[in-house]
Amino acid sequence: MATQTTISATGNLLIAEAYRQVEPDVIAAYPITPQTTIVEAYAKYVADGRVHTELVTVESEHSSMSACIGASAAGARTATATSSQGFAYMYEELPIAAGMRLPIVMANANRAISAPINIHADHSDVMSARDTGWIMLFAEDAQDAYDNTVMSFRIAENPAVRLPVITALDGFITTHAMERAQLMDDETVKSFAGQYVPPEALLDTENPISVGMFAEDRFYTAGHLSTRRAIDGAASIIKEIGDEWGALCGRPFNAVNAYRCEDADYVIVIIGSAAGNVRHVVNELRDQGKKVGVASIRVYRPFPYQELAQAIGHAKAIGVMDRSESFGAQNGPLGLDVHTALYGQTQAPVRDYIYGLGGLDVTLDLIRQVYADLEETESIVPDPGVIYLGIN
Amino acid sequence: MTRKWDLTGIESWEAARYPVGISCPDAGNAVDYITGGWRSERPVWDAEKCKNCLICWINCPDSSIVVEQQQMTGIDLDHCKGCGICAQVCPFGALDMHLESEFTRGDA
Amino acid sequence: MAELTEIRWHARAGQGAVTAATLVAETALLQDKYIQAMPEYGPERTGAPLKAYTRVCDEPIEVHNNITNPQIVIVMDETLLPLVDVMEGITEDGAVILNTRMTPAEARAKLKAPSSVKVATVDATGIAIDTIKRDIPNTPIVGALSAVTGLVPVDKVKEKLVQTFGEKFSQAIIDANLESVDRAYKEVQVG
Repeated sequence: MATQTTISATGNLLIAEAYRQVEPDVIAAYPITPQTTIVEAYAKYVADGRVHTELVTVESEHSSMSACIGASAAGARTATATSSQGFAYMYEELPIAAGMRLPIVMANANRAISAPINIHADHSDVMSARDTGWIMLFAEDAQDAYDNTVMSFRIAENPAVRLPVITALDGFITTHAMERAQLMDDETVKSFAGQYVPPEALLDTENPISVGMFAEDRFYTAGHLSTRRAIDGAASIIKEIGDEWGALCGRPFNAVNAYRCEDADYVIVIIGSAAGNVRHVVNELRDQGKKVGVASIRVYRPFPYQELAQAIGHAKAIGVMDRSESFGAQNGPLGLDVHTALYGQTQAPVRDYIYGLGGLDVTLDLIRQVYADLEETESIVPDPGVIYLGIN
Repeated sequence: MTRKWDLTGIESWEAARYPVGISCPDAGNAVDYITGGWRSERPVWDAEKCKNCLICWINCPDSSIVVEQQQMTGIDLDHCKGCGICAQVCPFGALDMHLESEFTRGDA
Repeated sequence: MAELTEIRWHARAGQGAVTAATLVAETALLQDKYIQAMPEYGPERTGAPLKAYTRVCDEPIEVHNNITNPQIVIVMDETLLPLVDVMEGITEDGAVILNTRMTPAEARAKLKAPSSVKVATVDATGIAIDTIKRDIPNTPIVGALSAVTGLVPVDKVKEKLVQTFGEKFSQAIIDANLESVDRAYKEVQVG
């Protein structure tokens, strides 16, 4: 019988708790603000003998991901956590983990990327993984961070998926704010996560294999095609696993969380911790009789193109709020994906707003400004580029 | 039991036939890769001068010194890349490097 | 919409403002409230001015931004007054709780607080030095908060304090903190 306890905890602590409950065989990690407290809490669990994970305290993120790849290829259930420059430093290995189809689970405390140096929340770090083959789940709050982490092991290890998963949560805002959350009992999480039986493993000496090899063009391309099919196919598996977890914990799982979008004329699309701020403004504007809605993206890779188009395709104007840049592209990363989702579905203008960089506070006024802007946008041909919010 | 891949007809394979993660279920397969063709110089072994110290066997990066019952019996020319290390380390001058062209005139 | 209470804490790093912000939130959780507690993050340097935030609500809290219009402002160090505009954005019927030896009337004049805003003063530093033997005015100020606003009952504050501090501190330290809460609860003055 699934039993949940109401606790107060930060997003980082809840990720550490999820890791403790799943108890991976190996965790290799290096500290970086604002991820540190995840591994710090986990190191205490190890020191206290509450878990029997091999905690590898490496000398850099380049090494942490390398160690994770080695451990996972050996057949171990493997996890890590990082942020920002650390994420950038392990980038070299990210496509390797995906290309070798290793089900590594990684938490990323979303943080700005230098320069200039900044330790606060935005999505500049994690968005660089969007083409690597990693599945990417975003948390809106500490509870999401926990739920996503528990689910991510099952998603990653699913035999039809076999891909690494990033569970991303906004630095400080979600990693460090203490919130009320529901913690599932250990037994339920353990039985949900199940035992990991690797389909092939370097430590299986009865069946020796070679991994991470050189591959000529045809094999190389076949590897990519296989990853492409796996991540596309992962969408329905993520939904199944999300529904299964949702039935246990009572919190529904949706790749796109569409809020009051059914009859909305003006819709904002957003990812991460600011989604609640937008919902707050939606309720306020709805009370004033305005038909507004918001769609927040929980599964960013594979991107839920169809679900999003279905949820917002009827809107008269759409605002995308991007918490990172894609310099030289027409829009930020989310803006580009929303355009793709809506291509051929609507003539409605889509405007892309860059917000919250380097932790810039996402005030309710900024969001009100976007909705007001969208109302006006309906009657003009808008500039297709990006609009920066909140610097004045 | 061999776990070697059967690559027959790979040109027309469906993508699904390629292994996930391009891992190879056949460890120790380097022997299938004939690297002898990379050679521009060939080691020639003089059995008379050889004392079977096996220093060449230790140093050969391609495991191409063939040894049976602790006696050197020859060179695996399918895999020898002609690097010349064996000739360099032999204390007895029992290995000499010769231009590969000497052997391809038809009188090898 | 459900009643959302927002508190902004002003302190210097090292005075325990984050612990206090968390203590209030966790006490509210004991009463089945929804909560948030977070510092305004930055480089932590002892003595540097900092802000922290607490939100308490009957329903799930959706917003995740900084608090700009607090109903309650708590100033844990009066030497911050010339440096920081502690009154910024406070709601019309808000309350300020100031750690000082000033009377509420003197504090009101200094803060230039409008008459609609409640001003309370407590010598939290004096109480902390008497009881805890160190200038860490965080637990007494929570006692004062309880008395002035009723947001969290003082017995629940003490219950939570015993739970939280029990994991880390000796009984003597816990008792000293409980006493500091009680004293501030009684000694805080509202004007």
